[in-house]
Amino acid sequence: MKTRIPYVIAAACAAVLLAGCGEKSQVARYEHGKYAGKNDTRPWEGGVYKGDKGAWEQALRNRVHGQNEYKRVE
Amino acid sequence: MARMKFLCDAERCIECNGCVTACKNEHEVPWGVNRRRVVTINDGVPGERSMSVACMHCSDAPCVAVCPTNVIYQTEEGIVLHDKDGCIGCGYCFYACPFGAPQFPNGPAAFGARGKMDKCTFCAGGPEENGSQAEFEKYGRNRIAEGKLPLCAEMCSTKALLAGDAAELSEIFRDRVLRRGKGVEAWGWMTAYGKEEAKK
Repeated sequence: MKTRIPYVIAAACAAVLLAGCGEKSQVARYEHGKYAGKNDTRPWEGGVYKGDKGAWEQALRNRVHGQNEYKRVE
Repeated sequence: MARMKFLCDAERCIECNGCVTACKNEHEVPWGVNRRRVVTINDGVPGERSMSVACMHCSDAPCVAVCPTNVIYQTEEGIVLHDKDGCIGCGYCFYACPFGAPQFPNGPAAFGARGKMDKCTFCAGGPEENGSQAEFEKYGRNRIAEGKLPLCAEMCSTKALLAGDAAELSEIFRDRVLRRGKGVEAWGWMTAYGKEEAKK
């Protein structure tokens, strides 16, 4: 019986030490809530483009490319 | 149309504050609120760098996550907007934002006394009829619905500040860096803009 005591103590110590490894991550995980405000109209709906998404995208694309002055002078 | 983003080229920004002025004027932003500002690092020291900062319209925006009334949303184009009617001025978005973008008209004040949050809308207005007077008064002008880019970027005299679709901005920036021959060594370059010609 006496010979088992050190083994029991060693096993208990190992269990206590290993318990630290089982710690769960405490990093916050953000979860977006469901939007509860007013609905927005999409930019191409109404106004200038009257639902023509293609024309709106093309207009924006032209503006974006206009920002590259290397391409503008070529 | 993919994700709308701003990109500020610190090699070009000359700290003229034209973007700040353009934004304030275009949207008639109230006194005390700056939707955009220019930050300078090592001001006055040779090699100083300036950068124009506003809402970065994060892909996974922390302000959307922390808003207790859930009135901040992302449009299909990735623009982060909010409904002022439901804002209670708690300031959580201000604490969550790593760029200090959310602003409050009454400045630092007690909960409920700060007023409704105001921030850069990427010139896309808010949840009101496009181009209406109500939209202008609450959120400023809606240039995106007019097929235009944010005025801060369009006004930038050195074209340091770029705005538009993220993939197209990356193309412009990559082209720029290859032509001027520096910037490729920047940390994370290959991850962000990595293409075979960039290695040469």
